[in-house]
Amino acid sequence: MYNIKKMYNAETISDAVKFLTDNEDAKIIAGGSDVLIELRHGKLPNATLLNIRDIKEMQGIELINEDIIIKPLSTFTEIAENQIIQERIPMLAEAVNTVGGPQVRNIGTIGGNICNGITSADSASTLFTLDAELEITGPDGTRNIHIKDFYIWVAEVDLKQGELLTKIIIKKESYENYFGHYYKYAKRNAMDIAIQGCAVNCKLSDDKTKLENVRIGFGVGGPIPLRCFETENKAKGKLINNELIDEIGKSVLEEVNPRTSWKATKEFRLHLAQELSKRVLREAIERAGGHIND
Amino acid sequence: MIEIIKCKINGRDQEIAIDPRESLTDMLRNKLGLTSVKKGCEVGECGACTVLIDGKSYNSCIYLASWAKDKSIITVEGLTSENGELSPVQKAFIDESAVQCGFCTPGLLLTATEIVNSGQKYTREELRTLISGHLCRCTGYENILNAVEKALNQEN
Amino acid sequence: MTIGKNIPRVDAFDKVTGRAKYADDLVPTGTLIAKVLHSTIANGLVKKIDTSKAKQVPGVIEVFTCFDVPDIVFPTAGHPWSTNIANHDIADRKLLNTRVRYYGDDIAVVVAENELTATEALKLIEVEYEEYTPLLTIEDAMNGDALHEEYPNNILASTKYNVGGVSFEEALENNDVKIFEDEFEVPTVQHCFMENPNSYAYMESGKIVVVTSTQIPHIVRRVIGQALDIPWGQVRVIKPYIGGGFGAKQDVLYEPLNAWVSKMLGGKCVKLELTREEGFINTRVRHAMKIHIKSAVSENGRLIARKVKMFSNQGGYASHGHSVVAGAAHVVKQLYQDEVATDVEFTTVFTNLPVAGAMRGYGVPQITFALEAHMENVAKEMNFDNIELRKINMIKEGFVDPLNSIPSLTNELDQCIEIGAKHLNFREKHKKYSNQEGHIRKGVGCAIFSYKTGVYPISLETASCRMILNQDGSIQVQVGATEIGQGADTVFTQMAAEITGITYDKVYIMSAQDTDVTPYDSGAYASRQTYVSGHAVKKCGLELKQKILDYANYLKESEIAVDIKENHVLDKDGNKIIHVSEVALESFYHRENSKHIAAEATHHCDTNTISHGTTFVEIEVDLKLGLVKILDIINVHDSGTIINPKTALGQVHGGMSMGIAYALSEELLFNPKTGEAYNGDLLGYKIPTSLDSPDISCKFVEKYDPSGPFGNKALGEPPTVPVAPAIRNALFNATGIKYNQIPLTPERIFNKVKDKGLI
Ligand SMILES: Cc1cc2nc3c(=O)[nH]c(=O)nc-3n(C[C@H](O)[C@H](O)[C@H](O)COP(=O)(O)OP(=O)(O)OC[C@H]3O[C@@H](n4cnc5c(N)ncnc54)[C@H](O)[C@@H]3O)c2cc1C
Ligand code: FES
Ligand code: FES
Repeated sequence: MYNIKKMYNAETISDAVKFLTDNEDAKIIAGGSDVLIELRHGKLPNATLLNIRDIKEMQGIELINEDIIIKPLSTFTEIAENQIIQERIPMLAEAVNTVGGPQVRNIGTIGGNICNGITSADSASTLFTLDAELEITGPDGTRNIHIKDFYIWVAEVDLKQGELLTKIIIKKESYENYFGHYYKYAKRNAMDIAIQGCAVNCKLSDDKTKLENVRIGFGVGGPIPLRCFETENKAKGKLINNELIDEIGKSVLEEVNPRTSWKATKEFRLHLAQELSKRVLREAIERAGGHIND
Repeated sequence: MIEIIKCKINGRDQEIAIDPRESLTDMLRNKLGLTSVKKGCEVGECGACTVLIDGKSYNSCIYLASWAKDKSIITVEGLTSENGELSPVQKAFIDESAVQCGFCTPGLLLTATEIVNSGQKYTREELRTLISGHLCRCTGYENILNAVEKALNQEN
Repeated sequence: MTIGKNIPRVDAFDKVTGRAKYADDLVPTGTLIAKVLHSTIANGLVKKIDTSKAKQVPGVIEVFTCFDVPDIVFPTAGHPWSTNIANHDIADRKLLNTRVRYYGDDIAVVVAENELTATEALKLIEVEYEEYTPLLTIEDAMNGDALHEEYPNNILASTKYNVGGVSFEEALENNDVKIFEDEFEVPTVQHCFMENPNSYAYMESGKIVVVTSTQIPHIVRRVIGQALDIPWGQVRVIKPYIGGGFGAKQDVLYEPLNAWVSKMLGGKCVKLELTREEGFINTRVRHAMKIHIKSAVSENGRLIARKVKMFSNQGGYASHGHSVVAGAAHVVKQLYQDEVATDVEFTTVFTNLPVAGAMRGYGVPQITFALEAHMENVAKEMNFDNIELRKINMIKEGFVDPLNSIPSLTNELDQCIEIGAKHLNFREKHKKYSNQEGHIRKGVGCAIFSYKTGVYPISLETASCRMILNQDGSIQVQVGATEIGQGADTVFTQMAAEITGITYDKVYIMSAQDTDVTPYDSGAYASRQTYVSGHAVKKCGLELKQKILDYANYLKESEIAVDIKENHVLDKDGNKIIHVSEVALESFYHRENSKHIAAEATHHCDTNTISHGTTFVEIEVDLKLGLVKILDIINVHDSGTIINPKTALGQVHGGMSMGIAYALSEELLFNPKTGEAYNGDLLGYKIPTSLDSPDISCKFVEKYDPSGPFGNKALGEPPTVPVAPAIRNALFNATGIKYNQIPLTPERIFNKVKDKGLI
């Protein structure tokens, strides 16, 4: 039995916005795989829950003018099995398939994963490297922001009173001709939280010898998921070779900021950041049809 | 607080008075006496409470009873046919000695049923992924994988 | 013949249909719920507890605190009682404690109408403590104030033994030897039974009845009697199916508190259910140990002398106390024999960590890790073949322990090693992998073990069985020995069939133990039941069979009935005389001489024998990520006759899986300042999932052991024992680095690799 004071089932987005506006302490619940755990551990005493599971407008994955629209209630399983995703951004399927185990993937939603605001969220770093845009709906209508601006601090995201996440948009130009890879580093191969997650998305020159563009994202590289923009800028247009890869591996160290916890020390996480960025980049380049020359 | 929900449990339509605060595990165990649904952690980490909801595996401990409205739910009590015959998955678990203390067994039987019902073929490695949401401390998963493989090969 | 056959488990049908009932499945509706309040400090004193707010919560029935419980200390170890006071287990805890000895100690209990109310009420209890510095390490504890007044420097016990009559140092005098020295460290780990140890208690017919998830119902009965100071006969303990125990439930856990709470509420039914987090911290853990080994080895590889010093981290209460490290210490000489001297010293130290007790292997996984890792280090440094070094020094058939007289009556260790080595092509690969470069490397490793069967002569070994003939010629079997998932009920059924001549399908074993009904047995531990309780089944079966034959002879007015096979009574030439069902029916309803046929027998065990075996493993390691992958792993066991190959294999698989995780991932971690666990849940604590588990191979070398009831010896615990050192030795082979601490976490692997400049 959960300590729930009240639960309201919203049927539409506007219904949800209204309830959120009127109930300052309301907590949104989607899949519940974060919220119910917090409830079980007594972290949300006497909760008022806003259940958004039944909101049809927030379900499904669509293609509009080749832009991919992922509705936040999509579960990890739905995303991994979806044809639009598999064909256009397979790395997101790869990323969400590393979450927990199959049952958790049937429950957990991508919206919940992002809105929970945790750095280890397995979908986040990949969405960072896809330049995902988030549509936030609130009492004043909708606004769109880049996912990197959505994260503020540990468990703190840019959602104001009355707002909720209503769409995740991945524009055609953000994914077209990009190839990527996500690697989750954890102590177990399932049912585990990342010690670090690394996502790299890249686009090669037509002759596949140069990195036309590269995006590098990290989970647990700092208190919130992050992108290594400076490294990316340095790498842009460069010839693909081992030297470049080493350079990138070193360069990300300037941009990540992990900390020591019982799970791993800062030093080890820094080492991982360097090692993973190199390995994941290599894989992404290979997937893009490139070769790494000595 | 009481709420009446309609759902299908093990193939039968039911109307159940639930407390909206209770988990599906609580409802199945306490209201319906379906004690095959086990509690190993109640926070989604072990898979002991797994049931099939509309054919897919869920941890019923982190699923509210009220969400079961209009859903079809299968527990291990529902795997056996009307005349008491075991399902191929149940038989395979016995034949391959996949059962020891038996506490993880109900959950695994349901995920295995989902796998077999999918009509697809899987490699042993893929099966490892598909059952990775269940913790078993007794078997090292060896015989469980053998059982799932066996049931799968027989059916598909 | 049913012995040696792959007969399906007797409980499999109930377990795959969801009909098997565990404690929590049997709780009557309307049962009250008890929840324990745990201390939020590791070391100190409860000064005051204010329960007034909690008591006001609607639905709260009562709150009891450490100031309310009887002033009785009681022991909790699952050992048989002793009528000799000198052998009593340490009695050091009350139902609830004012003196807090670990983070999470039990200080109050709330009883409420439901779980949610109880949980919410717990939060409203206000506690005032006097706080002391937590003593979490052995060193700190030995230099700190006593947690239990009677044990200065927190030393629960410190013991030594010597074999050879001369000390280690003396042994060196006239010998040309090389000295090798190592220090090992093994972590605190937890059993992770899938079913938390739940219980419920109520009063009926003037007795207190406790239904509980335990390995040791008869011991639980005794301890409840002691803790509540009531006659033991007034306590009835029922053990239904249980979801694993692995030793944690070889301790009396919350049953006495549960019984007391019910009694205080006039016998109302009260359930005491643990959360998984409580399962980690408030049941038992396996002892962390530090082990120092020094050995003197002659040029031809003979161990001349060894000196071993062990420190065992006991946690806040004695539980099994010194016996676990003692169990470990005595293996030093049961694995390898020193030519001149063996000096072993072992110390158990109280600390402010969760309480350590029995866990699969009872100290032997710890010492075997150290002994076998050390042996590998010696082989490498001496440039000696690692298998040869073991063979030269390991005990041989006919070995008798010089101190406790436990013999190795049968010993197929040599063959086990050869089978394992062949499986992996070990010798060749070991050579090949000794010289590698790059960051992806392979390695092979092996380790051997010795493991005694049961606890004779260290402790009492006794077991009973009862058999009753039914009207239709089937029999009921009742044993006090417990089914905990290992397959005990199945092998007892096979044994009963084998001995009585009544076929397997007509043997009904009663799986649940009820101390008011089932005969006495100490319970499931020490890999004893198939051996000790198996003897009781055998003896009882023989008696029952004789009674059936006697009655058949009475019916036939002759002396011709001499045997039973396949449910038929036979004469000396094997001719069928009468069907057992006919004998049975007459025995019930004979108008002149009805005689209900039953038998009961106790086996007072005064034998023991050592099991042997080995692990061989091949790994691949990614040095840059610190990740180890198991490519191939095999255990080869000499456990005498295998009663049921399939259930035996199951034991080996599960044991090996635990061993793999002991080597690579499991470790309960604590905040060094507060003593609070960091990872006391199934997400933070890493038992393997199916994706972390390799395919597992196993072979048995069967040789009939004359002391076993059917030639069998220990098998339940041993599979875990040699796995961790074998994996560690494989990593040594791959890297040339001595890893002397487990688990081999990525960071530990990486740090040394980096220090040594391998990458
Ligand atoms: C056993 C277990 C294992 C797990 N393993 C992983 C793992 O490996 N990797 C990983 O990343 N996560 C893991 N998780 C965490 C969790 O499953 C994910 O974070 C999941 O995506 C949460 O989604 P949900 O729909 O269940 O979220 P909920 O619990 O319903 O919500 C999560 C948060 O988001 C908010 N929220 C949800 N939807 C919206 C919305 N549309 N707009 C605004 N706010 C919203 C909620 O208020 C809440 O704060 C695990 C959880 C469990 C229980
Ligand atoms: S009880 Fe639901 S996952 Fe453990
Ligand atoms: S059989 Fe015991 S946990 Fe799986």
